Amino acid sequence: MGQKRSTFLFSALCFGMAFLYIPMLLLIIYSFNYSKIVPVWGGWSLRWYKVLFESEEVWSALTLSLKIAVMNATFATLLGTLAGLALVRFGRFKGRTLFSGMITAPLVMPEVITGLSLLLLFITMAELIGWPGERGITTITIAHITFSMAYVAVIIQSRLAGMAQDLEEAAMDLGSKPIRVLVDITLPLLAPGMVAGWLLAFTLSLDDLVIASFVTGPGANTLPILIYSRIRLGLRPDINALATIIIVVVTIGVIIAGYLMLRQQKQRERDMQMAAQEVVKLDA
Amino acid sequence: MNDNATAAVDRSERSSMRSLTAVLMQRIQSGWKTLVVGIPNVWLLVFFLAPFFIVLKISLAESIIASPPFSPLVEWSEEGALILQVIFDNFIFLWEDDLYFNTYVNSIKIAIISTVLCLIVGYPIAYGIVRSSSTTKNILLLMIILPFWTSFLLRVYAWMGLLADQGTINSFLIWIGLIEKPIRMLYTEFAVYVGIVYSYVPFMILPLYANMEKLDMSLHEAAADLGARPMTTFLTVTLPMTAPGILAGSLLVFIPAAGEFVIPDLLGGGNVLMIGRVLYNEFNSNHDWPVAAAVAIVLLLILVIPMMLYQHIQSKQAES
Amino acid sequence: MSQQADNQDRPWLDPDAEPFIKVQGVTKKFGPFTAVDNVDLQIYRGELFCLLGGSGCGKTTLLRMLAGFETPTSGTIYIDGAEMSQVPPYERPVNMMFQSYALFPHMTVEQNVAYGLKRDGVAKADIAMRVSEMLKMVELTPFSKRKPHQLSGGQRQRVALARALVKQPKVLLLDEPLGALDKRLREQTQFELMNIQDQLGITFVVVTHDQEEAMTLSTRIAVMDEGRFVQIGTPTEIYESPDTRFVADFIGSANMFEGRIVENGADHVVVRVSDPRIEFFIDHGMSIKEGTKVWIAVRPEKIKISKNAPTESGANQIQGTVLGVGYLGNLSTYRVQAGSAKVVDVTHPNQSRPKGDRHAVDWDDQVYLSWDPSSAVVLTK
Repeated sequence: MGQKRSTFLFSALCFGMAFLYIPMLLLIIYSFNYSKIVPVWGGWSLRWYKVLFESEEVWSALTLSLKIAVMNATFATLLGTLAGLALVRFGRFKGRTLFSGMITAPLVMPEVITGLSLLLLFITMAELIGWPGERGITTITIAHITFSMAYVAVIIQSRLAGMAQDLEEAAMDLGSKPIRVLVDITLPLLAPGMVAGWLLAFTLSLDDLVIASFVTGPGANTLPILIYSRIRLGLRPDINALATIIIVVVTIGVIIAGYLMLRQQKQRERDMQMAAQEVVKLDA
Repeated sequence: MNDNATAAVDRSERSSMRSLTAVLMQRIQSGWKTLVVGIPNVWLLVFFLAPFFIVLKISLAESIIASPPFSPLVEWSEEGALILQVIFDNFIFLWEDDLYFNTYVNSIKIAIISTVLCLIVGYPIAYGIVRSSSTTKNILLLMIILPFWTSFLLRVYAWMGLLADQGTINSFLIWIGLIEKPIRMLYTEFAVYVGIVYSYVPFMILPLYANMEKLDMSLHEAAADLGARPMTTFLTVTLPMTAPGILAGSLLVFIPAAGEFVIPDLLGGGNVLMIGRVLYNEFNSNHDWPVAAAVAIVLLLILVIPMMLYQHIQSKQAES
Repeated sequence: MSQQADNQDRPWLDPDAEPFIKVQGVTKKFGPFTAVDNVDLQIYRGELFCLLGGSGCGKTTLLRMLAGFETPTSGTIYIDGAEMSQVPPYERPVNMMFQSYALFPHMTVEQNVAYGLKRDGVAKADIAMRVSEMLKMVELTPFSKRKPHQLSGGQRQRVALARALVKQPKVLLLDEPLGALDKRLREQTQFELMNIQDQLGITFVVVTHDQEEAMTLSTRIAVMDEGRFVQIGTPTEIYESPDTRFVADFIGSANMFEGRIVENGADHVVVRVSDPRIEFFIDHGMSIKEGTKVWIAVRPEKIKISKNAPTESGANQIQGTVLGVGYLGNLSTYRVQAGSAKVVDVTHPNQSRPKGDRHAVDWDDQVYLSWDPSSAVVLTK
């Protein structure tokens, strides 16, 4: 794979990265613009950050979004892990086709349909059993879990598929009952996948506008709902400031995670190389 | 003799105990398995499958001014003759109404064109990443994935700033003297294409990358060795072998693009008709829920084949 | 009395000996596919028993049924007198060494080896002692704190072995134990395995596709094909007296001649073969009717090759032309055209150094092939 990239491929890469990142870069630059009209430059300033931080609306929307995101990520990881385990390790069971269909469908289901159908469900349920009495944090969380768990299940599935079943059989052979195997072997080896799944579910929840705006109720504004209601009418410098903060936080997070992963991988490769070299030395 | 007899009894007792515990263990085990399958299954049945039947039910109801604004279906059984007429009213309305019909056609058109654009932009990028050295590869992949983790809404918003009449692009073009008056870009179909390609191109790149990464590069050498020029090699070896990646990526772009709401709403304004936006507005402004439900059902019917195709690819990939 | 003493090393010859593992009428089906087809097997205490066969012959499925990972579709399995077919793997007195070794990647060598003892509720001090003893035996003491990925292939293999042995199972199951090692390491490890088995006296059941491995390791070999046993016997029996053409061909190589019994005496049999047109004289009687179609198998190394006609004329001789010579250093293989279509393979040790580039027997030479009346095997299947 160490072949040389052609000039064409190199320019494609440069163009692609520019395409992906220049809009975000401009977004960040304009967040430091003093001018009230976004595209008109009025000099460097932190004015809009101050406006942002003083807005109670933003703070309460952020708190709500974070609450939902944490709850969603936790439950989605739990349910998604169970679903992934069932799909990969239980072989054929009754209703497997329907089950696997329901797991992957939310991945490709248009958000408007998911949102609409969940809202109608909540309304019907409220009529029939009187719950949920009021739409808001609970209904949004439930809706988010429903589509996030699909993503977690896919991550878990691919991790499990790559994990030899031998390991679980070996543990059983050495005297572990199935539950013990799950605790000792399967879950520890799945842990990185579960962490990735949690983070993904967390982000998906923070990012969702469409489904949340369908199933939310009066007064329950998540951060995306708030942002949307503001930018619908045009550019807003305080939203630039908010975007900058989000981009910076995410970028730092992703870079740290990427660095840690890379370091671990490198360490592993070094270990394996050393083990191989040792053998050569012992033989000589 | 006596000893032997006792031993025999002992053994048979022990073996019956053993089979008893075995049966018990199996019970517990199967109970445990039922739980693992059962919990997510019940969740999905209640919160994913059941809602679709409710949408279907409501799409077959009449719109009335009430809360909730649709007629209950229970009444139907008493007026058997009316059923057929009532049932398809909303769908017939969608079919006969030019606005809805054109909106569906337009959504599919935009989704198809955007998919092709994503492929044109994404393919060389994916190929470029595969051909990079391993460290560069990791960094590039990270850069492709990074936008995923930032807000989708804000990435679309970024383009509002670029494309607006007094936006960055127009100001720049005026400043270098290429144009005198701003070109209208925001709130046009062009802006929607830009937005969709920008937002969804990573969905194209990643499956393509995964597919190309598995390709055996010695195949290219073999083709070259057998006398194929680079372009021929690309057309006869690379392209056919990356077909699964192209298909997966295309579906991943096409399906959400066809139902997209945020991008046409923010970048297309009122000028671009897309079904996701119509559905949203039908629901939130017009309060005609039965029609909105019918709109959703038809959209689902249009997308069900690509969705099943994607699922088929996924499950095939999971097996191999 | 003396008979019994003779049989101490060969319990399978003693009709009174109680088998340690008894497989009775076991069948395993996966959907429409029958992986193991109604097999019976007795393995005795202290044996090193090999299940040998090509891929898909059912050997691994049978091993997995012994371990408890698969339940027989029908039939029973006894280990040390206890019925096993419904007992889950974690309650069986057997341990397995996996082909992939299946070392837990998140545990150190020490933790891997201790894992099984912990599950048995062995006291902590005992665990530490037994683990360190075991690691000493497989010479891994200095590596005890390492994780599996920090070990070489051979070291991993020894961890897997230690982990399975530390529980002192009644039976150790080994799935292609040497399959992942390179050739040199494999030969060395073979003897280590045999030593360990000898020291501990544990019954080993080994699955392998490698006939050489099976021959060196085992007390007895069961050759499997399409879910059934084709032949069970000691390595010598399997090699020297194969029951069928399949076995003769699968273990080592054999020249096969098709013919008919023309003479069936009390102490000899004569078989007439049409291509090449010769008669085989076999120096033991057989209970086969004259006129029966049979096959004769002669191992390449049992055939003498010479440019001079053998002194004693008669049966078991053919003349031919050397089509090709393969010089392997220690021995040479010759392909000899010995009939209108029949090509016979012969191997011959190179006991003297060739003079220059000339070999004693070379391309296009006219040669005589001959063999002892006891060397050929008559096969009816």
